[in-house]
Amino acid sequence: MAQEHTVKAFDNDIASLRGLVAEMGGLAELSLSEAMEALVKGNQQLAEAVIARDKRIDAIEAEVDQLAVRIIALRAPVADDLREVIAALKIAGVVERIGDYAKNIAKSTDKIEERKRFEPLALIPAMAELAGSMVHDVLTAYAARDPVLARAVVERDARVDAFYNSLFRSLVSHMMESPATISTAAQLLFVARNIERIGDHATNVAEMVYFAATGDYLTDRDERV
Amino acid sequence: MSLAPALAFALAGALGGLLWWRRRDPARPTRPAAAPATDLAEAVFEQASQPLLIVQGNRVARANAAARAALGAHVVGQDPRVGLRHPEAIRLLDAAADGSVDAPGLLGGRTQWQLTRRTLAEGCWLVELSDRTAEADVSRAHTDFVANASHELRTPLAAIIGYAETLADAGPALDEATARRFTAIIGREAQRMLTLVDDLMTLSHVEAEKHERPGEMLDLGQLAARVVAEVSSLRGKERVTLEPPTGGLVVAGDAGQLEQALRNLIDNALKYGAPDQPVTVSASPAGGRVVLAVRDRGPGIAPEHLPHLTRRFYRTDPGRSRASGGTGLGLAIVKHIVERHGGELEIASTLGDGTRVSLTLPAAAA
Repeated sequence: MAQEHTVKAFDNDIASLRGLVAEMGGLAELSLSEAMEALVKGNQQLAEAVIARDKRIDAIEAEVDQLAVRIIALRAPVADDLREVIAALKIAGVVERIGDYAKNIAKSTDKIEERKRFEPLALIPAMAELAGSMVHDVLTAYAARDPVLARAVVERDARVDAFYNSLFRSLVSHMMESPATISTAAQLLFVARNIERIGDHATNVAEMVYFAATGDYLTDRDERV
Repeated sequence: MSLAPALAFALAGALGGLLWWRRRDPARPTRPAAAPATDLAEAVFEQASQPLLIVQGNRVARANAAARAALGAHVVGQDPRVGLRHPEAIRLLDAAADGSVDAPGLLGGRTQWQLTRRTLAEGCWLVELSDRTAEADVSRAHTDFVANASHELRTPLAAIIGYAETLADAGPALDEATARRFTAIIGREAQRMLTLVDDLMTLSHVEAEKHERPGEMLDLGQLAARVVAEVSSLRGKERVTLEPPTGGLVVAGDAGQLEQALRNLIDNALKYGAPDQPVTVSASPAGGRVVLAVRDRGPGIAPEHLPHLTRRFYRTDPGRSRASGGTGLGLAIVKHIVERHGGELEIASTLGDGTRVSLTLPAAAA
């Protein structure tokens, strides 16, 4: 907080609330990168570690909920403090969804066949890296309360969407050329969709970070589909 | 001669006296008294090149300049989880005892950091961050190299086995023309493997000697003339020409290696330049250095490829390069040879015009 509160405990509450959100974000970030590694290399053990980690993310989300409700009930925060608490509550919900998408990607690991011969598999990590960098930067923006960085993340989402569209085309043409790969290609289509959603959610977090930091809504941008 | 030391002594004495006098002069500000040890310790913490955090309770109490640069100034005063947030980092902070963890991707992307926690006092820790990204890159490059080399060796081997099996299975049923064609393929692929193994061995030799500076004195002009004469006498390679070298081209070098480097460059120019245009080799002095250059006229190389050309097995166009018998190691070998000679390799290319590769070596002291 910019200025210290007379009630020291209040500062501590807000600090741990932010700490919890950041911790969740760190877990989700790692889950995404490990899910992609598991998927590309066919590492089932790593995939299971990602799936197991989701429980931890859910547990922290519950903790954030409780702490936020307690802060509101006991300390009745106003103005920027209230924004901070509300933003933490909402961001935790979105980060939990990002964790779910990472888990879904990990679950596709054992459904990919002919890993070495399947070319689009080499494209997906680049897309995931882009979405992962959005998640990373938006969490940094949250930690730094940096509206400029948050806005930059929002602008990057268009690139993930473009990536998704080109991957979609390439996977569909793969399916048409060799029907034997349809099941794998369809799985990858789901994976690409999950990554695209992660990008959208990173954008949502960016909007909340922007709001929490400035009190304004991030406007003047095209509606996403 | 004997006066000089005496004079120096006197001068030093006078200077010393002057300094003493200046220090004693009450009108002048005296040199600040030595800073207290705590201030110095403070400065050391602040200026350490390694990012350092001091964590007290559940807050980051201090972060030095390097840490603020790496993590952002916002970490100070916040819960350490906000600044670090990597699950491994949090595990380290939650652990009962001090220790260290690896946190891949701590600062995004492919970064690799190691975090170490040391207890300074009850409830007060020093967290040290060390950047291991470069080391991770080296080990990844090594793994990549082994994987690439195996792949490159496997490709011709698969063709050899395939055709040999076909020959053995079909036996006399195969007509003579086809059999001859298959045998020729086997021969060609085996030759390719041999070239690749030779290149790998050259590379490892050059690497093994990379810290020994070569001592043989040789004239690069003569060396260039010899190589060009040999190459251009071969059929289909007559378009290699030499610009008449000037004098003063003596360098300390390893003749065998420099010849190999020049041959590789000429080979590349022949392969990737336009087939009807000359390949020009030149050797010229340039202010204490000697420049050996090979220039071709042709399509050139796109700028985005230039920084990667000396990487092992890097190809701008994989199909074409392999078809022309390239191993993907030529420029990597040249680069290592040039480095061993304390020189520089420069590749300049203009799309649609051609490429000029030059080796700049320090001239031998006359």
